[in-house]
Amino acid sequence: MLARGRTRCAHHCWRGIVAIAVGTTLLASCKGDREREPTRLALVARPGPATTGGDTTARFSDDGQWVRPGKDFQGTRFSGLTEINNQNVQNLRAVATFSLGTTRGVEAAPIVSGTTMYIVTPFPNFVYALDLTQPGLPTKWTYKPRPVNASQGVACCDVVNRGLVVDNGKVIFNTLDGRTIALDAATGKELWITQVGNINIGESVTMAPLVVKGRVIVGVSGGEFGIRGWLKGLDENSGNVAWTAYHTGPDKDVLIGPNFKPFYKSDTAKDLGVNSWPPDQWKIGGAGVWGWVTYDPELDLIYYGTSNPGPWNPEVRPGDNKWSTTVFARRPETGEAIWAYQVSPHDQHDYDAVNENILVDMPWKGQQRKLILRPDRNGYFYIIDRQTGEVLSAEPYGFINTTTGVDLKTGRLQYNPEKATRTGETVLYSCPAAPGAKDWQPAAFSPRTGLVYIPHQNLCMDEEGVEPNYIAGTPYVGTNVKMYAGPGGHRGLFDAWDPVGQHIVWSIKEDLPVWSGALVTAGDVAFYGTMDGWFKAVDARTGKELWKFQTGSGIISQPMTYSYNGKQYIALLSGVGGWSGAIVAAGLDARDSSAALGFVNAMKDLPKKSTKGGMLYVFAL
Amino acid sequence: MSSRFDRWSVVTITTAVALLLTACERENRRFSENPPTAAPTASALVVSQLQPGPAVVEPKIEAPYDDNAWAVSEGKALFNAMNCSGCHFQGGGGIGPALMDEEWIYGSDPQQIFASIAEGRPNGMPAWKYKLGTQQIWELVSYVRSLSSLNPKGARGGRDDHMMVKPPEASTPQTKPKMASTPPGDD
Repeated sequence: MLARGRTRCAHHCWRGIVAIAVGTTLLASCKGDREREPTRLALVARPGPATTGGDTTARFSDDGQWVRPGKDFQGTRFSGLTEINNQNVQNLRAVATFSLGTTRGVEAAPIVSGTTMYIVTPFPNFVYALDLTQPGLPTKWTYKPRPVNASQGVACCDVVNRGLVVDNGKVIFNTLDGRTIALDAATGKELWITQVGNINIGESVTMAPLVVKGRVIVGVSGGEFGIRGWLKGLDENSGNVAWTAYHTGPDKDVLIGPNFKPFYKSDTAKDLGVNSWPPDQWKIGGAGVWGWVTYDPELDLIYYGTSNPGPWNPEVRPGDNKWSTTVFARRPETGEAIWAYQVSPHDQHDYDAVNENILVDMPWKGQQRKLILRPDRNGYFYIIDRQTGEVLSAEPYGFINTTTGVDLKTGRLQYNPEKATRTGETVLYSCPAAPGAKDWQPAAFSPRTGLVYIPHQNLCMDEEGVEPNYIAGTPYVGTNVKMYAGPGGHRGLFDAWDPVGQHIVWSIKEDLPVWSGALVTAGDVAFYGTMDGWFKAVDARTGKELWKFQTGSGIISQPMTYSYNGKQYIALLSGVGGWSGAIVAAGLDARDSSAALGFVNAMKDLPKKSTKGGMLYVFAL
Repeated sequence: MSSRFDRWSVVTITTAVALLLTACERENRRFSENPPTAAPTASALVVSQLQPGPAVVEPKIEAPYDDNAWAVSEGKALFNAMNCSGCHFQGGGGIGPALMDEEWIYGSDPQQIFASIAEGRPNGMPAWKYKLGTQQIWELVSYVRSLSSLNPKGARGGRDDHMMVKPPEASTPQTKPKMASTPPGDD
């Protein structure tokens, strides 16, 4: 199918719309014309294609650019570019570098639109525009948003930022102190600034926005601060908040209305955002959004997941705690909820459901289905029908002993009562640990191999519930945690998962947690980075290591690829930190094994393997 | 012979008296006295080691509870209840810096720690003076100092009621406090 599409690709792509209809499979086929039209890119007067409604379509099929962290609306992180492939990737060499001027954990992806690369750094959230047309990538402009210093005090897990997005000639990003900012992509001039979060109630913003149909979708971080989580839709032109969907509270606040049709009965009662909590606990019930939002243009639905409920200690919040740890499908224009599925009801172990929902159309049991592929933090790889919210499969992709499976009839996660978190009691060896089998680090999907490339970790923990105390603007957690390597002793994995067969195809064990995102290309190369600084290329079909390069600091960011002037480049930010790397980024003391929510205990050796940094690396053949 | 014996008895008695005295102070709950009201003077806020001209050495304010085990344990209870532990954990740090190591961004003197808690610090430390009284802050000061064994061993906690995550304060080696040499915001 791919080969057949390829010869007529240029034709298809110029029309654009066809690309949507065929979905992600066409991504691969579009690379041909991309390589033939660098001159078009160079001739575009504005740095980003100035399309409006057609934006969706044009970006979708354009492998020369990479305008949002997930690459396309479906969040595949797949590029159709093939110049760099599994036959020649060993010849990759660094061709440009750029220092970010920061030393905290770098989780963002470099973004390329037209002939400019854009980067947002961790706090203090500098934005750089680099000129791809000039040797050495000189800076076109720099923007300093000067977020409030005190916002560092409400960032649970290092002061990261997961990226910016370019749309309609605008660079749009969030700051740690809760602002969404739009800049003119050509000049860096401020277009609008909207204060969406309030640090005095524990709110911060670390996620990358997604722009869909003129709406800037932004969520709040602070599941460890007793926030009342929300997602907002801002008007792309004015920055005005068009809608706010809370994740706890009455249906009207959650934007649950007559069109809300969850698949499972347990999700249908009225005002579950109130009634599945002890009185008033929903007001400080967490359920933020700090991961990924994806979009299906055909169904016109955005998909995202909410974070853990607050506090971590489950004993103070009997009930399902809706809508924490929940996957939502919403209309981007109004925020109206269409369906919801709670992944980990009454969460016991901080299994946020913020992980990416990769949208793929593929055959399932002989029938072509519109699916969500979702490696969840609780350790199960979910396949969900994205039209209805029905869970079709949930198989473990990591080691799990806190739960025994997912009942596909009711959709309910089955907890192991022995591992329940209890106040005043220490439960040993709960797996996966609080960061889950996979945390923020996004997976990639290749339509060529049909595999999902999952960077993740293998950690277990000892956990003790303690009495939490809500004080606005301070942490609201109520557990002591101590993490360590899971079975096998390796702390990280880079796995290729076959969603159809529901099994691992190949697996690479890494000593340290694999805290970087994944990238996969039509050259059948998958990329990821390690926390001791190695950027690696492996064969997407076999997992064989083909190339590696040591960057100056540990890698916890999102690799990407783009083309300029007919040449393919791979770009990556290096700079250790994040929750797993906080021991280095924040200089923590490993004698306290509960430090950084217990992650420090698992990372005692990291200071010997990586130092702080913040650097862009660009590679080419 | 006898003079040597005398010397030994003097030493023994002195030690015993000293121990008893410390023990008294260690357990003194000080209900009968007014709590220390002394909020540190402005000099406590000096965080630069560079002064133009001859350096002025301000007299140090002693932490009123450094040698009082009961007050230190009260400080520990406050440390957890007021969510200090949510950011600094049990001294190793996380959102906020580690408190059990040798690095002190804003100084390890009692009045400097007092000021850090009461007034807050710019990179995320909240100002607690509207939530906590002077006495409670001084209790916290001594507990924080006990995390790196800056107060007398006898007043430091010897065990923990919770999951063992670090050696108790009484067996934490004392570190010589140093001003952090990394810029604030980078630590």
